[in-house]
Amino acid sequence: MPAELLRMEGITKVYPNGIVANKNAGFSVIKGEIHGLVGENGAGKSTLMKILFGLIQPEEGRILLEDKEIRIPSPSAAIAHGIGMVHQHFMLVPSLTVAENLVMGIEPRKGILLDRAKANREADELSRKYNLVVDPKMVVRDLSVGMKQKIEILKALFRGARILILDEPTAVLTPQETEELFGELKLLRDQGNTIIFISHKLGEIKELCDRVTVMRNGCHQGTFAVADVTEQQISRLMVGRDVILEVQKGAPAPEGTVLDVRDLTILNRFGKRAINGISFSVRRGEILGVAGVEGNGQRELVEAITGLGTWLAGKIRIGGRDIQGQSIKEIRELGVCHIPEDRMTYGCASALSVEMNLLSCEHDSKAYNGAIFTRTRAIRANSARLVSEYGIKCSSPAQEVGMLSGGNIQKVVVAREFSSEPSLIVADQPTRGIDVGATEFIRKRLVELRDAGAAVLLVSADLNEVMELSDSLIVFYGGEIRAYIPDVHGITDEELGLYMLGLKRQGDEETRRACHE
Amino acid sequence: MNSRRRILEVMRTVLAIAIALGLALVAVFFVSKNPGEALSYFLIGPVNSVRHVGNVIELMIPLVFTGLSVAVMFSAKQFNLGSEGGFFIGAITASAIAIKLGLPPIFHPIVAIGAGGLAGMIFCGIPGILKVKWGSSELVSSLMFNYIALFFGLWLINYFLRDVNAGAMVSYSFSKSALLPKLFAGTRVSVGFIAAVAFVVLSVLLMFRTRWGYQIRVTGVNGNFARYSGIGTGRVVIYSQLIGGLLAGIGGSIETLGMYTRFSWQSLPGYGMDGVIVAILARNNPLYVPVAAFFLAYLRIGADLMSRYSDVPNELVALIQGVMIILIAASSFLSKYRHRLVYEEATRLEAIPGGGLK
Repeated sequence: MPAELLRMEGITKVYPNGIVANKNAGFSVIKGEIHGLVGENGAGKSTLMKILFGLIQPEEGRILLEDKEIRIPSPSAAIAHGIGMVHQHFMLVPSLTVAENLVMGIEPRKGILLDRAKANREADELSRKYNLVVDPKMVVRDLSVGMKQKIEILKALFRGARILILDEPTAVLTPQETEELFGELKLLRDQGNTIIFISHKLGEIKELCDRVTVMRNGCHQGTFAVADVTEQQISRLMVGRDVILEVQKGAPAPEGTVLDVRDLTILNRFGKRAINGISFSVRRGEILGVAGVEGNGQRELVEAITGLGTWLAGKIRIGGRDIQGQSIKEIRELGVCHIPEDRMTYGCASALSVEMNLLSCEHDSKAYNGAIFTRTRAIRANSARLVSEYGIKCSSPAQEVGMLSGGNIQKVVVAREFSSEPSLIVADQPTRGIDVGATEFIRKRLVELRDAGAAVLLVSADLNEVMELSDSLIVFYGGEIRAYIPDVHGITDEELGLYMLGLKRQGDEETRRACHE
Repeated sequence: MNSRRRILEVMRTVLAIAIALGLALVAVFFVSKNPGEALSYFLIGPVNSVRHVGNVIELMIPLVFTGLSVAVMFSAKQFNLGSEGGFFIGAITASAIAIKLGLPPIFHPIVAIGAGGLAGMIFCGIPGILKVKWGSSELVSSLMFNYIALFFGLWLINYFLRDVNAGAMVSYSFSKSALLPKLFAGTRVSVGFIAAVAFVVLSVLLMFRTRWGYQIRVTGVNGNFARYSGIGTGRVVIYSQLIGGLLAGIGGSIETLGMYTRFSWQSLPGYGMDGVIVAILARNNPLYVPVAAFFLAYLRIGADLMSRYSDVPNELVALIQGVMIILIAASSFLSKYRHRLVYEEATRLEAIPGGGLK
């Protein structure tokens, strides 16, 4: 086996909010390979790479480059060691040209002025050398996402990077651009560069990488030659379980519409139609799953229903009431509860205590308020009850929410939302990035609430979750309902995939059945 | 574990004060020919006579009010600096009522203070309304409004309330019935002190024992979360600033009626801006406001005595304050130590089966 180029060992990173991102993690790369780094959201891949690039400092652990221990206190130190990083969000100056962006900070000069001709020449040479073709004189603003990414890669190479870290580079690319990028990366590898490729798309790992390291919960799960492992084996290591969680649930007994959406059209921030004239309904005692690749209008739909966002045309009725112009409070009073997609932004106030967080939606109810003062004892009793009922692991209800682990924060959110005796539950990514125990717990509660007569709208990017939990499904693509599946047992993953990718669609007649008229 | 971090917060503040004082001492040693004497005036002067203790308390009263005012507004993350103008306009309003209205004793000051509070409330509320309606920064508009308060107030004094027979530019004398009685003989401490204590208690109750205080705190910590929870954040933004203005206006009225017999300010007195220092020292918690106000008042009186009786200039105190505020406001001061605590907590949490990450 060829010698290791770079090795990280015993890396432990605790963020200031107490979240343990890496726990005794490590990994190593060989010179001239493309090394995949995979794991679920929050598994600690990005943290590990930020440490390698000097953006953050670990509490413990060491980094070895060619068997010599090095310290990387800053990105400039990383660059000096030949480590370059291409971020998910590009760090380019849009108003400058490609060449100017490339040489920024290490500009060739003529007197005190930038030697533009030399900069252009160097940029041109570099792009030819690595077959990453860009026009040095173009202004970055005018370039496509794929081109910008090439510039980012060139920027790293121009600074002498031998080890390139790419953080989920394909997330923003079209399939054609992805194909092109893979070709270029393989060429870079053949020229002796080493590439670390972060992704959670296993297909890409199989196609591109030589070896792969799997991470889960901040720990290293193993490193394998890609040829020796199947996607199934990798995914098992990623999620830490063999099969998808079995949810015990009986047949649904839907009756009476709770949520009724008619001809809804929503514009996004840029004035584009995020949702384009959709209609569906959710009944008491059923879980309606919304399947679809993220960014196909799910977020806008959830925001409209919960009152966080507005819409252009159409009607949303909850329990027969039109919610046009209603405040979030009024919508909540109709019995709507909402598990938000982003729990840290919408789901909690991390600097306040568990108790205060559990109170937020009911804080002005009669149960917790006298004429003027709050009823401290009732509030305390309620939080103590919810903490034990939902198994929220905290030192006491007075502990700051921000100090809890992701799963426990989500339990706080869920406990608050579910305890309001909801008639409609809008669950947006209810188990994203949390541990298996909490996931199982939350799924079980959802089913219990369904059986108790709540209507559930479940939005999830996790296909397993949608398939396991939902009674029926609608599939979103491009802001439209492409398919309605009355019974999830009647559809295979492959067929669902075709709908999700927009390769197949049902007729209007079939999707219209989602209205249950 | 929470208590350990709270202790650290207190330590941070104490250490910042200690470092600032240390610097001041060094400066005094350089500046003064007789540093020992200067320092004794600075450190012990404020408590070496009843009159000096009285001076500290007198200065503390307005600082408590503006400190509470700023603390309430900052808790809702509203950086309204209108406490200064609210304080001033409250004083003007109370003066007008003290001069123009004839009311029986006890009622007269109460009406004057109430009106002063109302004026401060309207004044501080306007930047809040402007923010909610049109998204203008409350920081900028409240700062500008302070000048409006100053010149509008002076105009009122000059054209309607000015005593032309007095040598200086001052108002007519207040009616005797409007003046606040003194609390302790030998000092100028008025019953305003009792009012200050009462408003501290009221503010603490408001912030921690009512739904309105809860809304202010939640909105301040995470506005998105507040909105998601069904809290009308626009309303909270406005009423937090109304309450802040009310407290500032009451403070201005009490200061005027408790300490003076005529309105004589020609410029903004600066208590509102000192209120920002007090609120920052108190970490926006009304419970700690009196402590912070006492500390600042002590510092000011000590500096004043030092400059009067020794060769050290008063400006030194500005230096101490500056260093102190920078250290306290700097979130990364002692952050390494804080991070170590967090790290220890996180690793200990893992030792609990099932706690934290596995």
